[in-house]
Amino acid sequence: MRWRRYGTDAVLLECESLEQMAAARATIASASLPDLVELVPGARSVLIAARPGSKALDEVRALVEAADLSRPPAADPREITLDVRYDGDDLDEIARTAGIGVDEVVELHTGAEYTVAFTGFAPGFGYLTGLPEPLRQPRLENPRTRVPAGSVGIAGEFTGVYPRSSPGGWRLLGRTGAVLFDPRDDRPALLAPGDRVRFRSVS
Amino acid sequence: MREIEILEPGASALIQDLGRPGHAHLGVPPSGALDVPALRLANRLVGNPEDRAGIESVLGGLALRARASCTVAVTGPAVRVRAGDREIGSHVPVHLAAGQVLRIGGPDTGLRCYLAVSGGIDVPPELGSRSRDVLSEIGPPPLRAGDVLPLGTPHGVPAGADTVAPPKLADRLEVPALLGPRDDWFDHAAEQLAAEWTVAAESNRVGLRLEGPALRRTERRRDTELPSEGVLTGAIQVPPSGRPVVFLADHPTTGGYPVIGVVPERSLPALGQARPGTRVRFHPSM
Repeated sequence: MRWRRYGTDAVLLECESLEQMAAARATIASASLPDLVELVPGARSVLIAARPGSKALDEVRALVEAADLSRPPAADPREITLDVRYDGDDLDEIARTAGIGVDEVVELHTGAEYTVAFTGFAPGFGYLTGLPEPLRQPRLENPRTRVPAGSVGIAGEFTGVYPRSSPGGWRLLGRTGAVLFDPRDDRPALLAPGDRVRFRSVS
Repeated sequence: MREIEILEPGASALIQDLGRPGHAHLGVPPSGALDVPALRLANRLVGNPEDRAGIESVLGGLALRARASCTVAVTGPAVRVRAGDREIGSHVPVHLAAGQVLRIGGPDTGLRCYLAVSGGIDVPPELGSRSRDVLSEIGPPPLRAGDVLPLGTPHGVPAGADTVAPPKLADRLEVPALLGPRDDWFDHAAEQLAAEWTVAAESNRVGLRLEGPALRRTERRRDTELPSEGVLTGAIQVPPSGRPVVFLADHPTTGGYPVIGVVPERSLPALGQARPGTRVRFHPSM
């Protein structure tokens, strides 16, 4: 791990792995420090921003350095199941690339339990880890100019759902009708870091 | 009900308050006024708490009609303001009677004027803020002619000075930058960053795009991909073109390009007022 300065009131904790990042994030989040302004997980890092003039960054550092990151705090993660119609435009190509049948792609994707590692790209877009190896495939060479809201895709080590229609380069498995982000809701994002997610096939 | 009606929005008129920090982990940018001190001042001039929502107007041209008696003030760069047929100027509280029209001219320097109204603009908040976020399209849509905006209850009489000297906005900015977190990705980061940059026309609330000599990465980092990491307002991100972008309030919450340095908060209002063509010189420090 390495602490990198990020301006006057923030620090970037660079981690060795996604697992270490998740453990560090959970450790910091569980302390509920009042002077933390933002706690932003990334693929291999956690960005921590504190109220100017507070001691929060020192507290975070002490907390992380004292923690056993191989055993992150026992959180009580939210569990979310998303119903998906597996009829995505790239389903056949995903199966071909994996060297398996379309049915097996669906079985693999619905059989795994995922964790929201971090968010970005758009409000409510979660990068979900736990993707079975055969489904770890590169992005499309030519990203689409428009991916419809609710599209479920894969890219690299992640799977995720487009909260709204946008350009995108992920390979598309199917679509869910779930609302991923609603800024007027008390819980605006369906998926937050640390949440557990499963996909269920519906026709 | 107290309301104002937008007659002409000008180039861009957005409702802004102090934004919605604290939601970056959900992918939600902080948003909020780019020139925070100007919005706070406008609110103080009309007797509001500093965090009330006002209008951020790019290059003026905003015209509105008061549908109830209210006090207004315009801040940011010095600008011509007319209430009915009276020339009243900026940086001063002005009473508008029901039916009166307020017009903001074009500022000679700077980019963004802020209009506050007694009671504040009281559209429904989203994630605790009434700010329009142009990247995520959260918050009230850009204002258009004919929009009618509800006002909150005024708190009291306008407080503080009657007039305030408008800030001087330079066409050449000297901006401190703390190196890191990824300055080690660049050859002689401080030296390279200290070049003279010019604000590009594509700049917006997401970021200030700068033109100048492309920033070179070290040999070792030339083709390295950075795993997505969190970014903050003020971060100077360097995309593959080598032309840096200073992230402003509506920036994406994570990014895949290295951040060479970070501009401190106190220097952000001036960057938010920088017109295309403005010269920017960074003063990097460790």
